[in-house]
Amino acid sequence: MPQRTERIVVIDENPARAAVLDEGLREAGYTDVTLIDDMHGLLRRLAAIDPDVILIDLENPSRDTLEQMFQVSKTVRRPVAMFVDQSDSAMIQAAVDASVSAYIVDGLRKERIKPLMDMTISRFNAFARLEEELHSVRSELADRKVIDRAKGILMQQKSLSESDAYQLMRRSAMNNKKKLVDIAASIVTAAELLNGDGP
Amino acid sequence: MTNLTIGFIPLVDCAVLVSAYEKGFAADEGLTITLERERAWAAMRDKLNLGHLQAAHMLAAMPVAASLGIGQVQVPTIAPFVMSMNGNAITVSNDLFARMQGAADGDLQDPKISGMALKQVIKASSEPLTFAVVYPFSCHNYELRYWLGAAGINPDEDVRLVVIPPSLVAESLSAGQIDGFVAGEPWNSLAVDKGVASIVLTKAQLWRWGPEKVIGMRQDWAEANPKTVAALIKALYHAAQWCDNPANHAELAAILAQPHYIGVAEPLIANVLAGTLRLNGAAQPTQIENFIAFHKQAANFPWRSQSLWLYSQMVRWKQIKHSGDAEDIARRCFRPDIYRQAMADITPVPILPGASEKVEGALAHATPAGASGAPLFLGPDTFFDNKPFDPDDVSGYLSSFSVA
Repeated sequence: MPQRTERIVVIDENPARAAVLDEGLREAGYTDVTLIDDMHGLLRRLAAIDPDVILIDLENPSRDTLEQMFQVSKTVRRPVAMFVDQSDSAMIQAAVDASVSAYIVDGLRKERIKPLMDMTISRFNAFARLEEELHSVRSELADRKVIDRAKGILMQQKSLSESDAYQLMRRSAMNNKKKLVDIAASIVTAAELLNGDGP
Repeated sequence: MTNLTIGFIPLVDCAVLVSAYEKGFAADEGLTITLERERAWAAMRDKLNLGHLQAAHMLAAMPVAASLGIGQVQVPTIAPFVMSMNGNAITVSNDLFARMQGAADGDLQDPKISGMALKQVIKASSEPLTFAVVYPFSCHNYELRYWLGAAGINPDEDVRLVVIPPSLVAESLSAGQIDGFVAGEPWNSLAVDKGVASIVLTKAQLWRWGPEKVIGMRQDWAEANPKTVAALIKALYHAAQWCDNPANHAELAAILAQPHYIGVAEPLIANVLAGTLRLNGAAQPTQIENFIAFHKQAANFPWRSQSLWLYSQMVRWKQIKHSGDAEDIARRCFRPDIYRQAMADITPVPILPGASEKVEGALAHATPAGASGAPLFLGPDTFFDNKPFDPDDVSGYLSSFSVA
């Protein structure tokens, strides 16, 4: 694996995403990586680290702080520019879609930036997918809980077997063109109201 | 219906844009707008450049900086409509405020006196003071520098200037990382309410009538969509008129207070709209004339001289070297021509200034100006040092300042 010497700073308020990117960078041979998740005193820290590349979430409010570095060259020893290569608009589009922005020391060669950007974009996208999956797993779990409760209510109040209770809800969902979980939720709500222990 | 996605930053001066949507002025013009809340000016600019946004709530200096390509890729960006005048304040830690009071030869509410007081404090300090602004290309930055410069304080040598997102300024003040900041509302009032800061001066006391936020858009997009641009300007015009009417302020404050807009207490926003600000922990609210304005005195008209004043500050503070080409680009960022076209079929006929440039800061009193539609009074619009800005003589203006 090629040893890559760029000094990289990853600024992210989301430590999980920072970790995912850090891991990717190290796997790709970038060994000099610093993660920053505290936005206070950011410029002072950056001046001390003196990075070649800064990777940051496009939406991070501290980007406005970084942009000051264009203007105040005293803050950092070397000029830093936002990564904008107009010859590669596809990459810029991909970066924005993935919500990544990069600030790169002027003069760092393009062929060294591209693999770094590609990797960062793919990691950001992978992280977004992961979050989405996690979200849907969470809501699936919540759905299953509601369905189980509704099933229990039907079994108890109508003396049904578990599978009959489930079939009853499914038929009702199909007949009413509703989702199973919506039917289950209305059974739970109705039971709570009727038993007086509702919200 | 035409769909537009427009970005905004949660500040009281997003009022006109939000009202255009909430009060149906945009829909009346055949526009379906989606407002997208942004957390950074840099992200706003990038999304505008890439077409994720068609228009944006922008700092008045941003279209100028983008068109000139200062600190960013050069993307011709225009401002055909001014959404707010004034509205910022210079706020300092209670400690610095007390030291300034101790050094002041009179009322700190006078920018000359507070500037001299700050100079005394700086002389007596072992560590340089740190002030935060919200963005390098902002009226906030230029206002602060103007005030410091007038007191003989060199903003690049005698103090440290940093950029900190407004959401972090109160905390940074408490932690002693900064000694003061310049921001729009609600951030100054919030810091005062938290008991960590005092407002020294408001923008209206430094320059009585200066542009603050504009609607910004890419020039190529505006050229390709002239009808949509005109419809948007008309919607914003009606919204601005609505926002400026004190009878609507309670409703406006309630709208803006919602969590998906600004998300701070309604009374605080109502005070800002009324221009009654609590300047420090002890003080009763103070009434500040023209603290913020949305429509009156042709506020929405994008004077080319405003664009040039912003450019003059970029030159003064060495963000760009002065050249005829750069001056030309800057002059064409604010677009009175597009504004005029959009006004053509509004009834009753809107007040339209006869000129497109004026000497900024020349009027000590309300003064009649050449206009069509109805009589127009401009001013007072003076800077606190009474220096007028003649847009035809940027170099002469700049050579009249001793600092920088």
